[in-house]
Amino acid sequence: MNEILEILAKDARISPEEIAKLTGQTVVSVKKEIKKFEKDGVIVNYKTVINKDLIIDESLFVRALIEVSITPKKDVGFDYIAERIYNFPEVKSCYLVSGTYDLLVEVEGRSVQTVAGFVASKLSAMPDVRGTTTHFLLKKYKEDGFILKKRKQKQKLNISY
Amino acid sequence: MDISKKVEKLKPSGIRVFFDLVLNMKDVISLGVGEPDFVTPWRIREKAVFSLEQGYTSYTSNKGMGDLRKSIVHFLNRRYKLNYDFEEEVLITVGVSEGLDLAVRAILNPLDQVLIPEPCYVSYGAVVELAGGKSVFLKTNVNNGFKISAQQIEKSCTKNTKALLINYPCNPTGASYTKKELQDIARVVKKKDLIVISDEVYDELTYDFGHTPLSTLKDMKNRVVYLNGFSKTYAMTGFRLGWACGPAKIIAAMTKIHQYTMLCAPITSQMAGIEALRAGLSDVMEMKKEYARRRRFVVNRLNEMGLDCHTPDGAFYVFPCISKFNKSSLDFANDLLKKKKVALVPGVAFGDCAEGHVRISYASSYENLKEALIRIEQYLSK
Repeated sequence: MNEILEILAKDARISPEEIAKLTGQTVVSVKKEIKKFEKDGVIVNYKTVINKDLIIDESLFVRALIEVSITPKKDVGFDYIAERIYNFPEVKSCYLVSGTYDLLVEVEGRSVQTVAGFVASKLSAMPDVRGTTTHFLLKKYKEDGFILKKRKQKQKLNISY
Repeated sequence: MDISKKVEKLKPSGIRVFFDLVLNMKDVISLGVGEPDFVTPWRIREKAVFSLEQGYTSYTSNKGMGDLRKSIVHFLNRRYKLNYDFEEEVLITVGVSEGLDLAVRAILNPLDQVLIPEPCYVSYGAVVELAGGKSVFLKTNVNNGFKISAQQIEKSCTKNTKALLINYPCNPTGASYTKKELQDIARVVKKKDLIVISDEVYDELTYDFGHTPLSTLKDMKNRVVYLNGFSKTYAMTGFRLGWACGPAKIIAAMTKIHQYTMLCAPITSQMAGIEALRAGLSDVMEMKKEYARRRRFVVNRLNEMGLDCHTPDGAFYVFPCISKFNKSSLDFANDLLKKKKVALVPGVAFGDCAEGHVRISYASSYENLKEALIRIEQYLSK
């Protein structure tokens, strides 16, 4: 992967000035490259990984993974129906997968009822959707490579040869 | 009560007091650590735990587990096209430290001399003295990139010179040698009929050119004791696991000492070592990229603030010069620790010719490095 992307993937808050120092490029060229990544859609967004379990009011959100089987449409395959699904703001992520179902959809809602309602009235009701299986998430351990549990500081000597 | 004269004569460590001070102080930002700043990759730790669960808690053969020795031989073959025989030419040691001690004891007779490039790792002189040999330090400095030359070796040889003890990439200077430079050294080594003890524990952390093990050079395999280990590459310092590869005769002699003094390396560590070699180098390569960035950042920052610092070839240390501040390296480190709570290692720990330098480790998070360098800058501009 491009070195600037590698650095930003670990810490989105790092400034172009600092990236320049780490990579040995000029600030101008770092900024230019980042602009181009943003324009081309390589960099989609700069987001913060939050452990929502630790936030009282936010923890009211529930998430579910939904396996969706669909009948592909002539000429447009799965993409047409996938787009109809992922355009709903309730859908947080959407993947086409191999195996016994077709789309893996992550849905977020205020309550179990909201999510269930969305699945019943929106997802299952689509003409090309053959069936759904809903798994409510009970606990999140790791997200995007980050372990959510705060770890104890390790004991390491402060100085050694 | 008397203790051994030999031990009594070993260089007392004025540094020890400084080390104790660092270890007991709270909220120190430390750039003084000689180990990677990440934890052993999980799959290696998991293997160690699993081996305990399965009841692998016994001695192993003196040489180390056959599977581990085979894995090392395969690894060296893939990585460097080296060919060692796992039965006769490989010994599993308790870290490179033990390998070094064994190698020196296996080859030295009283009065034999060992050439050691300086600055060097703290134990080199001591293990040679304890083995009854005499260490002859070859001084290097920043002008020659902290590297010894073939001529320097040739000039320093006497009729008693038995071996060259070399470490590259070097702790503390980060200096390493290109293939061409090693070929020059190898020529003199052969001419003077020396044995080489080559500590290459930082081999995977070479940034600007590929690492060449000395034993891969023409006609060198039969005179090189190649030492390496798991500590730096896989962040396994606490596992204490290393290996020695070399001529069957020397390995047999080392094994003889090892069987009386150590018996074998811990089986849990050996099981973990097998997994480390199976897992491959992908974690290391990720870390190496990160270190390369930090190296650039630290070298530039230090030079900006007036601490003259050359760019090291490898390891995770920089070795800037502090002599223009008119302080010994120990005083400098002490003062910096007390005033700014930043810990680094005074150069003098690594030999007399390292006075006037300090060792800064960049195996520390970017956040830590940034903050520590701000504090050093403040200290210098007071």
